[in-house]
Amino acid sequence: MRIQLNGESFELPDGTTVADLLVRLELTGKRVAVERNLDIVPRSQHAATTLVDGDQLEVVHAIGGG
Amino acid sequence: MTSNRQDTPLTLAGRTYQSRLLVGTGKYKDLEETRLAIEASGAEIVTVAVRRTNIGQNPGEPNLLDVIPPDRYTILPNTAGCYDAVEAVRTCRLARELLDGHSLVKLEVLADQKTLFPNVIETLKAAETLVKDGFDVMVYTSDDPIIARQLAEIGCIAVMPLAGLIGSGLGICNPYNLRIILEEAKVPVLVDAGVGTASDATIAMELGCDAVLMNTAIAHAKDPVLMGEAMKHAILAGRMAYLAGRMPRKLYASASSPLEGLIN
Repeated sequence: MRIQLNGESFELPDGTTVADLLVRLELTGKRVAVERNLDIVPRSQHAATTLVDGDQLEVVHAIGGG
Repeated sequence: MTSNRQDTPLTLAGRTYQSRLLVGTGKYKDLEETRLAIEASGAEIVTVAVRRTNIGQNPGEPNLLDVIPPDRYTILPNTAGCYDAVEAVRTCRLARELLDGHSLVKLEVLADQKTLFPNVIETLKAAETLVKDGFDVMVYTSDDPIIARQLAEIGCIAVMPLAGLIGSGLGICNPYNLRIILEEAKVPVLVDAGVGTASDATIAMELGCDAVLMNTAIAHAKDPVLMGEAMKHAILAGRMAYLAGRMPRKLYASASSPLEGLIN
C-alpha cells in the first residue's frame, strides 16, 4: 500500500500499524506526535492503529522556535 | 526577586512562575548555545515550534526537548508558520499529543511573511475553537486594544500583543496602545515580539506588562548567553520600577540638595 507521510509518498507492507511505521523510521521512543487523516493518533493507540492505502500521515516533533 | 517587598508571582493556567521572562528556542547556533542562553536568562517557560520530523535523516540527532526537558521547563508550543485557523488548531492538537496532554499553547496566526503581522480574524476563530477544546491559550496579537479585549473575552488565558514586528528588534513601538491594553486587562498581558535589547524589556515591564516573551533579541546577540543574563536583570529592574512607581515627569529642575545652610 501507498501512504502519504509528511507530504511524501511512502510504500508500506499491508497491515502496517502506526507503531510498526515508527519502528521502521527509527522513531520508537522518540518524542513525536502522529496525525492520521487530520485526526490525532494517541500514543496509546499506535499499536492498534492499522494503516490503509491512501492514508495521510503527519509525524511531528518539537524544534527551536519563538 | 531580590527585594524587601515580595512580588506576587506570575500565574498562568494555575501554575506560578518566579521569572517574568519567557524565551524562544529558535535561531541559535546549536542546541548547546540554546541551553546555555536559556539557563542564563532564568526563564521557566520556553517556546518551541512543531514541525514535520525529517524522515530517514539523522535518526540519532539530539532532540530539543533533551536539552530543554519538560520536567524542568514549562514547554510552550507555538503555531508559528500557520496562516489560518485550521492549520493553527491542527498544530495545537499535535503539540498536545507531543507533550502528553499538556494544554498550554501559544497561538499565533500570521497574515504575511514580510511583516509576520497577526491575522486577527483567523486568530479569533482559532482561539474560540481551542478554548472550547480545553486548551490554555496564550495568544499573540496586534497591539489593538479591542482585539486584545475580545481575545480575553473568548477565554484566552493571556494576551500577548507585539511591541514591534517579530524579529525586528525595534523595541516598544507604540507604548500608548500597550497602556490602553494594560489598563483594561482582565488576563495577564505579555509583550511578545519586538524587543531588541535589555532596555526594551525594561520599558515593557515598567509599563506594567506581566511578562515579556522574546527570542531573537537573545539568540541574535553577539553573545547570546550574556544577553540572556542581561534580559533576566532587565525584566527584574522593569518589574521593580513598576512596583516602586516612577516619579512624575517635570519640565523644570528641582534641586536634590537642600538650599538651607549654604555657606554664604
